[in-house]
Parts: sequence; structure tokens; C-alpha cells
Amino acid sequence: MIFIDIKKKLYTSEGEILLNAKINIKKGEFVSIRGKSGSGKTTLLRIIAGLEKSEGEIKVFDEIWQDKKTFLPPQKRSVGFVFQDYALFPNMNVLENLLYVNNDKNFALELLEMVGLINLKDRYPHTLSGGQKQRIALIRAIIKKPKILLLDEPFSALDSKMREKLQNDLKLIHKKFNLTTIMVSHLPSEIYKLSDKVIHIENGNIVNISSPLNELLNTKSSEKFTIEGEIIDIINADILNVAIIDIGNKLVEVVISDYEKDNLKVGERVIVSAKAFNLNISKG
Amino acid sequence: MIDLTPFILSFKLAFIVTIILLVVSIPYAYFLSNTKSKIKPFLEAITALPIVLPPSVLGFYLLIILSPNFFIGKIFYDLFDIKLVFSFEGLVVASCIYSFPFMVQPIQNGFESIPKSIIEASYVSGKGKLTTLFKVILPNMKSFLLTAIVITFAHTIGEFGVVLMVGGSIPGKTEVASVAIYDYVEMLDYKKAHIYSAIMLIISFVVLFIVYYINHKNKRRFNDFY
Repeated sequence: MIFIDIKKKLYTSEGEILLNAKINIKKGEFVSIRGKSGSGKTTLLRIIAGLEKSEGEIKVFDEIWQDKKTFLPPQKRSVGFVFQDYALFPNMNVLENLLYVNNDKNFALELLEMVGLINLKDRYPHTLSGGQKQRIALIRAIIKKPKILLLDEPFSALDSKMREKLQNDLKLIHKKFNLTTIMVSHLPSEIYKLSDKVIHIENGNIVNISSPLNELLNTKSSEKFTIEGEIIDIINADILNVAIIDIGNKLVEVVISDYEKDNLKVGERVIVSAKAFNLNISKG
Repeated sequence: MIDLTPFILSFKLAFIVTIILLVVSIPYAYFLSNTKSKIKPFLEAITALPIVLPPSVLGFYLLIILSPNFFIGKIFYDLFDIKLVFSFEGLVVASCIYSFPFMVQPIQNGFESIPKSIIEASYVSGKGKLTTLFKVILPNMKSFLLTAIVITFAHTIGEFGVVLMVGGSIPGKTEVASVAIYDYVEMLDYKKAHIYSAIMLIISFVVLFIVYYINHKNKRRFNDFY
């Protein structure tokens, strides 16, 4: 069991907030953290890794990582961390990047084989694509067989096809090594696909801990379905007003009334919902 | 035949000064790039002083500080029997102070150019600060180190005012190339001044060219941290 109960003052663009998180995680569980940017998700991850100090306690399988008296530095915490920007060591080739963390060549080659990058083992990071770099970063994070794997929006910089491939790799790795995993993500599909439990943080506070199904399909009762999107353009076509909305990188046209046209602006996040026949849109 | 002693002296001086400053500047620049202390701007200003001070001002103060009448000069004289003015040892001390910013600043820039995440990735991998410094940070700022080393070396060879003030111009001891040129011009020996000046010009250009060339090649590889 992993027990986390921490507090830390954060200085965000919207002023000072108090990050206050109390979480229990079971061994082998896959936990996602979601929430708006600036809500403290990444900080929570960094606190678990020991990269930032905080008040409170962190206990991992009966080992105290942090309490009133002790503070284990990152070096002493058995964690793997996957950074958003990959953070591969540019002066080392792929294999050296892995061996720097754990000098076990057989295991390094096995992991490279597993993610299908064995033929790139002598290449330097600057010659790799984003997806390849992040796969290396992923196996570099687990080569030491850490107790917890932490991922900070690991796949957000990748295109959807590559993202899917990496999500599958991560799922495979998580299952194979029974790794307790905590991932920060803002992509509902990713969270749904990978996690057992979702922690929703807003302004430093945990507002919900539940299964992905409950957390993500949190629709209002009167609506049949809802999708979030962003208004790209509002066009006046003769007697009709049409809003062009970007939903998951696909553009959709929705007819809106004059009143709605006056109240909606380009760039706003909106919720597109349907009750029976017509699509309605409202501010998200 | 031209007498090469002043050049040998210049190179010897520059070589010793560069090594001393490299050893001193790496920990100092590492401290500067990581500290959040309020004294940082103060230290940075002190470090940069030799860039803006007229060499005569710096040379004048150093002459006073290093002379056996002042306690620093006295300590060296009493303890090690080293006279720090009008001697080669004095030139080394003065040049170290004069060239200090040329070593510190590029190295500090180098430390600041390293993305925080690769340092943290190393810490999380279980590696301590020293291992991270030598295996991750320094190898990834080679171009900055090269710039610092070469500029310091070239700058030490090129210094004139401080050397003249602190070292005088004792042939074979403190008469470095730049001072020798000045002496020849004063003696109206333009031919030798021409030869010495041309040699300095060529050396300086070649050195700078090599730095920029190597950095240009390196950049392609290290520019792309991500």
C-alpha cells in the first residue's frame, strides 16, 4: 500500500493555492491524475519523486519516504519518472542511456526488444523521432524496476497514432512488471484505456477519486450525450448562424441561434450535447 | 632569427592560467547557476569587473595588493618566498584575476543551458550530484567549456596593461609577447614589431576560427536536447 498525505503552497498564474492531497494506492494499481493546468498535478508527481519538498507523509510499502523527521532524496526513492520532454541524456546513445540507470545489459536489450527499438540501440537521441524518444524514456524509467512509475503527461506531444502505440506499450509494461503507476494526463481516452482509478484535482484539492467510468462519463441526467470542443469560427450563412467546432481535431458544424451567436466567442470551450434530435451547444 | 622567448612566456602563462581557472571556475559557476541567494548579483558583478575596468586600474590595485608591503603579498613572500610583483608568479596571479570572467561566464551559461529535466532524470535514476555533474552535465556543455577555455587562453595571451603594471618587462621573466611588441615600438624597431604583431594576429585568428568551427559542428548535435 502506498500512502500519500501532503500539503504544499503553490504559486500559480491564478495566485496562491494550497495543494492538499491524501491518496491511498494499492500495489500494482494504475492511477491517473487529471485536472486543469495549474491545479497541482505535476507538482504532486514531483513531490512523490522527491524532486520537490512538501509538508506531510509519504509511505511506500512500509518504507517511509517522507515524514516530519525524514526526507529521502530522489536518489533514495525507488521511482521511475517519465518526463513530458523525454529528458534523454544527449551525450549517450540509446543503450548507454539505459545502462547509466541500471548496468544490466541483458535486461536493457530485452526491454528494447519489447518496445521494438532494438535496432536503434547505438543511435543518439537527437536522431530519433518523438515517439521513439519517449519509448526509450519509458523503458529507461523502469529498467531499475522501481516501486512506483510516475509519468507526467508522457504522450501529449505525440500524434494520435504514435500515442496509441505508446499507450499499448505502457499497458504491456504495467501488466508484465506489475508496476504501481501514477500518470498525469488530460486525455480522457488515455485515462479510460489505461487506468484503474482516476484522481481529479482542481485548485490543489482532490475533488473526486473514482473509477474512470464514473469520472469520465459524468454527464448531466437530461442530456443523452455530451462532447467538449472549441469554437473555431462562427459563420453567418444567410438566415442561419453556423459555429465551426473543433472536437478532438475534427471540425463539426452546429447551427446556432442569433442569441447564441451573440453570446459565444471564437476560442471558447463549449459542450456540444444532444437531447433528442437537435444538437445544442452551451458554454463549457 | 627572431627571439621566440616572449611567445613561449606568453603561452606558458596562458596555459597555467587556463588550467587554474578551469579548476576554480567549474565549482564557482555551478554555484552561481544554482544559487537563489541574494548575494548572487553581487558575486556576478565582482566577477565581471575585470571586463569593464581599465587594465591600468586593475593593474594598479593588483600592484599594491600583491606587493610585499600589503598583507596578501606579504603572506606569499613570508610563507613561500614568492615575490608577486615583477615576477612570473605575480603574472599568473594577476592574469587569473584578469581572465576570471572569461572563464566563469561561458561555463555559467553552459550550466544554465542544461534542461532541468535531464538533471532530475539523473537524480531519479539514483545518481548523486557529483556523478550527474561529470557524466551528464559537463559532457552536455562541451561547446561552452571549449569556448571558456579558448577565450581565456587567448585573452591571457592578449593582455597587456595588467601584465605591464604588475610584471614590468623583464626579458625572459615577465616580458610576454604583447609587452615585447610595445617595447619594440618604443625603440622604433618597426620590423620586429611587425613580425611579432603578425604572429599574434595569426595565432589569435586561428584559435578563434577553431573554436567557432568546432562549436558550429557541435551545435548540430547538442542543439537538439529534445
